[in-house]
Amino acid sequence: MLKDKDVITIIDITRDELETLFEETDAMLKYRRSKLNILHGKVMATAFFEPSTRTRLSFETAMLRLGGAVIGFSEPSRTSIAKGETFADTIRMLSSYADIIVIRHSIEGAAKFAAEIADVPIVNAGDGTRHHPTQAMIDIYTVRRNFDNLEGLEVGVLGDLKYGRAATSFIYGIAKYPIKRLYLISPPQLKCRREVKEYLKQTKVSFEEVERLDDVVSNLDVLYVTRIQKERFPDPAEYERIRGSYRVTRAHLKEARDNLIILHPLPRVDELPNEIDSTKHAKYFEQASYGVPLRMALLKLILVGEK
Amino acid sequence: MKSERLLVSKIRDGTVIDHIPAGQALNVLKILGITGKEGLRVAVVMNVESKKLGKKDIVKIEKLELKPEDVNRIALLAPTATINIIRNYEVISKSKVEVPQEIEGIISCNNPKCITNQPREPIKPRFKLVSLNPIMMQCEYCGYIMTHEEILRQLTGG
Repeated sequence: MLKDKDVITIIDITRDELETLFEETDAMLKYRRSKLNILHGKVMATAFFEPSTRTRLSFETAMLRLGGAVIGFSEPSRTSIAKGETFADTIRMLSSYADIIVIRHSIEGAAKFAAEIADVPIVNAGDGTRHHPTQAMIDIYTVRRNFDNLEGLEVGVLGDLKYGRAATSFIYGIAKYPIKRLYLISPPQLKCRREVKEYLKQTKVSFEEVERLDDVVSNLDVLYVTRIQKERFPDPAEYERIRGSYRVTRAHLKEARDNLIILHPLPRVDELPNEIDSTKHAKYFEQASYGVPLRMALLKLILVGEK
Repeated sequence: MKSERLLVSKIRDGTVIDHIPAGQALNVLKILGITGKEGLRVAVVMNVESKKLGKKDIVKIEKLELKPEDVNRIALLAPTATINIIRNYEVISKSKVEVPQEIEGIISCNNPKCITNQPREPIKPRFKLVSLNPIMMQCEYCGYIMTHEEILRQLTGG
């Protein structure tokens, strides 16, 4: 199971492992304001080569709530990386200090490479446009909390499917469940990458690429909305042209199923206006609230196992 | 093999690479690093009839034995190729190339943001085969899928 395992992509995590993680998360919910002693004496290193607030802070909070300690950096400019140290050497060093390393990097495949070097488990907290497995775990956990059974659900993923690692990981993760259909809703220039579509074909998930939310909104049980990320766009003018056209409105919700849930990994810009927040469909703040307990459950399962 | 017998004579010792997709013979020589200046006797036969392929190319190289890495490169370029080893005018072994399930270091990842393209990091690009027809290889680090065209372009420098 997850004990001593690296978490590089959600593709590598089995459904059984996800289910165990979700049960453990259920148990952690009541401790999210407590201090436990489960990881007393353990050290987690956070190596953030790219800016992050919520992912890093929620990992650190999770570790501290479990009684563990935290070291790390979030400004590589103030470490020896600025002196020209290789990524490999930085990881080797951290591996000798900590019991687990959480990494975020703009370079794709960095976490996988780190896992080959380090003697301790690596958790990928985002590598470029590729993977963000713990976000996907939180997202799927939220779906599971809202539906007894994921079988037969129709799921839409909206926004930047080309550069968005959260959306990509959610697609990989939800494809492990027997959903009825997956709608990939994006402008043509932000469609899913080739490797994601190949994966979906292999897993035999029924999926469809569409350009307009209007065309499919009435079919959906789950709508996963993502930000069109400015920093991923080579051309700023292109970004400005696209951003307004993928916005969820109250008019969409009139067409929607009664049980539709709307998720968003946050932060949001204007794709999900505040007017949606008060509707029964909005589940993104609930989703965000699972960040700490799910990461508590994950750290516990990796470092001490299921007992 | 009838038609090419008219064109070039048998070789005594060496390698015959047969069933190369038509038009790829010069690329096969290129990836083997054969320019003609090595002094080896080389015969290139192009666009001859083939039962299996319609048309095919053949390359005969005297005194050359292929290394496993060369065979992998040929397989990526010409997955239909067969390799015949010749000793004293006789074919002593005949084998079909096999597209490798995994390759390391033969091609680099076309994603500039891939960890394998970062200078000074002690890492070699590694790919696994995800589709045979058409050939597609996936980077084990960043997940980028190299199409057959992308692989060919790298192997032949074209």
